Amino acid sequence: MSDLSYSEAKKVVYRGLVLLAVVTLIEVFFSLLGKGHVISAFKGITWLHYTIGLLLISLSFYKAYFIIYEFMHMRYEVKGLAMSVLLPTVLLIWAIIAFFQEGNSWKNRRELIQEKNTEEVSPEPAKQESMLLKDTYILKLEGLI
Amino acid sequence: MATSDTIVEHQKEQSASDWSGGRPAFRTSYGKLMMWYFLLSDAFTFAGFLIAYGALRFSSPTWPVPDFVFSTAPFGVHHAPLIFVTIMSFLLIASSVTMVRAVQEGHLENKNGVVFWMLMTILGGAGFLGCQAWEWTNLIGTEHMSVTTNPFGTHTEGGVYLTADGKESEEVFKAGESFLIHKAHEGEEHGGGEHAEQDYSQGDHPGYLVDERGFVHRKFKVTEGPDAGMVKTEQFGPKAFGALFFFITGFHGFHVFSGVIFLFIIMLNAGSGLYMKRKNGHEMVEKIGLYWHFVDLVWVFVFLVFYLL
Repeated sequence: MSDLSYSEAKKVVYRGLVLLAVVTLIEVFFSLLGKGHVISAFKGITWLHYTIGLLLISLSFYKAYFIIYEFMHMRYEVKGLAMSVLLPTVLLIWAIIAFFQEGNSWKNRRELIQEKNTEEVSPEPAKQESMLLKDTYILKLEGLI
Repeated sequence: MATSDTIVEHQKEQSASDWSGGRPAFRTSYGKLMMWYFLLSDAFTFAGFLIAYGALRFSSPTWPVPDFVFSTAPFGVHHAPLIFVTIMSFLLIASSVTMVRAVQEGHLENKNGVVFWMLMTILGGAGFLGCQAWEWTNLIGTEHMSVTTNPFGTHTEGGVYLTADGKESEEVFKAGESFLIHKAHEGEEHGGGEHAEQDYSQGDHPGYLVDERGFVHRKFKVTEGPDAGMVKTEQFGPKAFGALFFFITGFHGFHVFSGVIFLFIIMLNAGSGLYMKRKNGHEMVEKIGLYWHFVDLVWVFVFLVFYLL
């Protein structure tokens, strides 16, 4: 239950509305900026794309923090409750690292397969000598076996 | 502003007996605590889906660009990237705010206030669902995206499109640009009336290829890279996009839908004065409020990964 007085709490709520709306607008603006909709020269700049991506992720986490701590009243709960709900989500950090790594590896594997599929194979089999070092002598065994 | 420390300060003399019975754990009711743990488990479900989305996106050489895919809005608005989905987000944020107001009125045991603000919340949620229904209808009906087909492709090489009779046209594109593979006989609506009299029978045509489902894959001549000079046809985008989009936004939409149902039931109960009799500050409204904020919280991340990044 809130420790704030009714009028104080009401103010916090409407400040929250403005804050979330403004953060969302900033997010949309930066997302479009990164894709080159606002300034067309920004299209296809990789480092800008990643910087804006990071900014968008941080802003989203800020929104999530605000919703949990103000709207869901986590700020006014005892610490044990907050920790028992929030700490388990730390496990997700590992899930994110592991699965994104996995996805990247699928991509590399697919590219390798595609590369191998388009590789030219010469119609005549390679000569046996070419596989061996120059100073290797082959004993001709035909006819003996 | 109060912090958790002041609560501890304030109730220090009782804290020794917290776990000795007769007091609720974490100084909150059983129902609210269990709602928090349900939401934690639900957060893991959503995280699983969103991480799967990330892994599949990382594994694809190209991915549909959200500001190209989500650029239509009702009433014939085209080329308005992310505008419609921003409005959807605002609806959900606004409904979250009205929910907080309902909970506050509940603490004051103001029955009419609770009912009014819950009604506002229901309207916000229903409005969001309506927007999502429009978005899905547009994607499925007009743009022919499905869980197995993704007509939103991306060029991996620069080139120039061919005209209907197989000559080079003026339409030049760069690597990384997006395209949408339309179905035959629908080109008229999407602009380009010159397509109207063309032959869209199934098979290979000089300027395009019509597959067995009627999708018109336009042909283009590559002008850069190792394949320069080759004529290629537009390929579908990564299949996983449609499946992930419909599954994850559908799962979130289902949460909103069930939230609206529960909000409605609890609003009726509140209106009947049931929670006034309980004299616990309309705790039921607080619990459905937690669920409703969680739905908003999940949307923050769905919005981030599907529309912003």
